[in-house]
Amino acid sequence: MNTTFRALMGACALGALATGATSETITVATVNNGDMIRMQGLMDDFYAKHPDIEVEWVTLEENVLRQRVTQDVATKGGQFDVMTIGTYEVPIWGERGWLMSLNDMPESYDVDDLLPAIRDGLTVEGELYAAPFYGESSMVMYRTDLMEAAGLEMPDAPTWSFIKEAAAAMTDEENEIYGICLRGKAGWGENMAFLTAMSNSYGARWFDMDWKPQFDSEAWANTLNDYLELMNSYGPPGASGNGFNENLALFQTGKCGMWIDATVAASFVTNPKDSSVADKVGFALAPDNGLGPRGNWLWAWNLGIPAGTKKVDAAKAFVEWATSKEYTALVAGKEGWANVPPGTRKSLYENPEYQDVPFAKMTLESILAANPKKPTVDEVPYVGVQFVAIPEFQGLGTAVGQQFSAALAGQISAEQALENAQKLTEREMMKAGYIK
Amino acid sequence: MARTVTTQRKLVTTVFAWAIGIAIFFPILWTILTSFKSEAVAIADPPVWFNFDWTLENYATVQERSNYFRHFMNSVIISVGSTVLGLIIAVPAAWSMAFVPSKRTKDILMWMLSTKMLPPVGVLVPIYLLFRNLGLLDTQVGLIIVLTLINLPIIVWMLYTYFKEIPGEILEAARMDGATLRSEIIHVLTPMAIPGMASTVLLNIILAWNEAFWTLNLTAAKSAPLTAFIASYSSPEGLFYAKLSAASTMAIAPILIMGWFSQKQLVRGLTFGAVK
Repeated sequence: MNTTFRALMGACALGALATGATSETITVATVNNGDMIRMQGLMDDFYAKHPDIEVEWVTLEENVLRQRVTQDVATKGGQFDVMTIGTYEVPIWGERGWLMSLNDMPESYDVDDLLPAIRDGLTVEGELYAAPFYGESSMVMYRTDLMEAAGLEMPDAPTWSFIKEAAAAMTDEENEIYGICLRGKAGWGENMAFLTAMSNSYGARWFDMDWKPQFDSEAWANTLNDYLELMNSYGPPGASGNGFNENLALFQTGKCGMWIDATVAASFVTNPKDSSVADKVGFALAPDNGLGPRGNWLWAWNLGIPAGTKKVDAAKAFVEWATSKEYTALVAGKEGWANVPPGTRKSLYENPEYQDVPFAKMTLESILAANPKKPTVDEVPYVGVQFVAIPEFQGLGTAVGQQFSAALAGQISAEQALENAQKLTEREMMKAGYIK
Repeated sequence: MARTVTTQRKLVTTVFAWAIGIAIFFPILWTILTSFKSEAVAIADPPVWFNFDWTLENYATVQERSNYFRHFMNSVIISVGSTVLGLIIAVPAAWSMAFVPSKRTKDILMWMLSTKMLPPVGVLVPIYLLFRNLGLLDTQVGLIIVLTLINLPIIVWMLYTYFKEIPGEILEAARMDGATLRSEIIHVLTPMAIPGMASTVLLNIILAWNEAFWTLNLTAAKSAPLTAFIASYSSPEGLFYAKLSAASTMAIAPILIMGWFSQKQLVRGLTFGAVK
């Protein structure tokens, strides 16, 4: 009996010791994209540095992730300790106190190395609320062989009129080659990301300084009419259903002369494994109209820590590791410089080895060309290049996107689409109390 | 006198049935085929049917990136658990409605079914808050409860329909022989309703296995079933069709195999009483 009792006590003591040594587990919610998946494969480095922390991943499709993390952070559900969020969410959530401030990152993290355009979008009243994992803008990707055959040369910084001219010259419908491929699928992050960025270069804006919607302006009419003319004359059939992936597939299979979309696409279209035109792709800045702003956007996927988490230190250790200069070097060493998460740190673009990556220069120039605080010609009361950082924008952007997508599908005219957009935006802004 | 079926009519019916069968099965076939293609071939236009370099690379990638077995076990526990719990509640409920009906029985049945008409998203936030307060978020128990409640109206309706086919006199005879209510349900009613109950069980397992709203919204890392496993392979930026197809094939394979082996039982149960 005595022996059994002692054995039991011993087992309890061992159990207590084991419990004390148990590592802390954090849950990271993330999107399914190449950079995030690559990070999951490099976790051994993190575990070597932090043997007391374990990471569990929840990978979701972007829209599902956005809904899940919003629901969790708003209700303080506490299911996630680190969340992958976009530049749209960070200022709104930071202002509401839903995210932990990251101002206390150690000196070695070198927060001043973050690209100012990206860092500004993640800062609210001096507090950094998320750390950028990768940043992107948009640019022109084009077929060098088709451009040459058309007898044209793409300038580094083209205008919209050149794009129209080149699209006309490259279109060869008989061989299913379309001069230009652009987003047409309705959604605030789909066609409206492109069209809002395009409208900036035409001098259009979503709201004036009194939050009055501006879809009845000449600048918006010019934007939409030019977009529809480009797509109807030189775009692929059924473009109103095309988003990033559909256009990527078209471009990779040699059916697009030009494609204006996220800079992250550069690594896909130049990858010979998936792209039949990998060695015939050139890059240029997004077009402008000579008014100042270019038609490119600015986006970053960032790591934020929800205010409700009880594992703050472990979460911060993870965020620090994943967005550090050392992580960049780790990816470069294992997978090559072309696979490093782009667009967040100045030091990356100063690195001579990274400068050899074909799309590095254009990506940096595109990011630097975007200004989220002054996205268009006139002053605006909001922050954001291809979005308006207010909570109502997700619904508004998608509703307006549906009107423009319907115009592209030929269901309504451009005038009707703009009139509907103006009416529905006025109604929603009135309901939300921005205007009376 | 037996009805004579002409050869021509038989042929037309057979061709028609095969056409419908192929049309229904086509998306699954295409998913399986795509899972063996490279991402570049998966998006080829015109589509490539069989003449491509078959590869298992997508399955290897999925296996490497995800813990399939954990998602699979979660799916099994959640679907079987919710079915068992549902049956425990539904059998007595259906018994009382079938054999001791009141004037409100039909209304209750209709009301139960009407709960299926509510869009789930309408009650998402209250249920999420309730689960958060009860500590049921990202737990198998939480999902078993939710899926039981979702599928309960269908289980009760199906069992009620099967029980109605059983003559009340048999139960009455059992009672006269001294059977208690418990033994009447367990030893007399249940064995007679086995085909119907089996098809109810199978259908409920399939419904729970495929449920993708609550399983995505109430889980994170620990209790996420195969629906969450599939969702993790969809991407807004980058080609993913072949890998998504491999993940989908792995997720539907168990339920497809189960359905194949139990198809006789399933059909017999679903057509139970249909010829009366």
